[in-house]
Amino acid sequence: MTNPILTVSLMDAPYEAATSTTAFRIIAAALGRGVDVNVFAYEGAVSLALRDQAPHANPVKGTSVEEEQHPTTKDFVAALLELGRGEPALTWVNCGLCVDERGAGNAIEGVTRGGPADFLAMALASTTTLVIPTK
Amino acid sequence: MSQSQYVFIETRDPFESAGAGFVADTATALRERGRPVTVFLVQNGVLATRAGARGSQIGRMAEAGVTVLADEFSLRERGIEPGDLGGGVRQSSVDALVDLLIVPGTKAVWH
Repeated sequence: MTNPILTVSLMDAPYEAATSTTAFRIIAAALGRGVDVNVFAYEGAVSLALRDQAPHANPVKGTSVEEEQHPTTKDFVAALLELGRGEPALTWVNCGLCVDERGAGNAIEGVTRGGPADFLAMALASTTTLVIPTK
Repeated sequence: MSQSQYVFIETRDPFESAGAGFVADTATALRERGRPVTVFLVQNGVLATRAGARGSQIGRMAEAGVTVLADEFSLRERGIEPGDLGGGVRQSSVDALVDLLIVPGTKAVWH
């Protein structure tokens, strides 16, 4: 029997909206329940998986990088890709034009490049598609 | 006519977003037309779940037969205990949301 498929489109840039965290929670829960997940990252969301992100210290609190344990969205995406490495599977596609506009091509391993046609194909093959717009 | 299930995911603070009324109006209208409808409150969407919250749309939706659920994580983040919830809404989880989303024929609307 094939797994149900959930396609999620994301648009919010990292560190801007609580929505990104909720989307990560939904994706993790779906994978945990045996659902294959497709993600199409559009506009600012292509930077969620940008490898160049770096955790930082907090000079206000006087904490070091290690003490602060600042979470980066690339680490969240990497953890999700690890969860979805086999069965069920997570497919993460970044909008190529959005990547080029932002110079955000240095994505972590496992993230591929695509376009709206890929999103259409994902949606057509899915049980349900969830479009998460910016505010 | 198909019997699609509708799932609205409401993220916005109802006290600062007039759009919360749009979700309640649409969910209620769909329910009145016989469609199964769930409104899943998450992030600041849970802020009107406290008993006695003025202007909450939850009672109206529940009376119309809309299932109203509130994300337990969002409730905890905002210090809303299960005993604080008003009528018409139940504490739920993202796992339960996923179960709703993967029902074939589900129409999911994020707001």
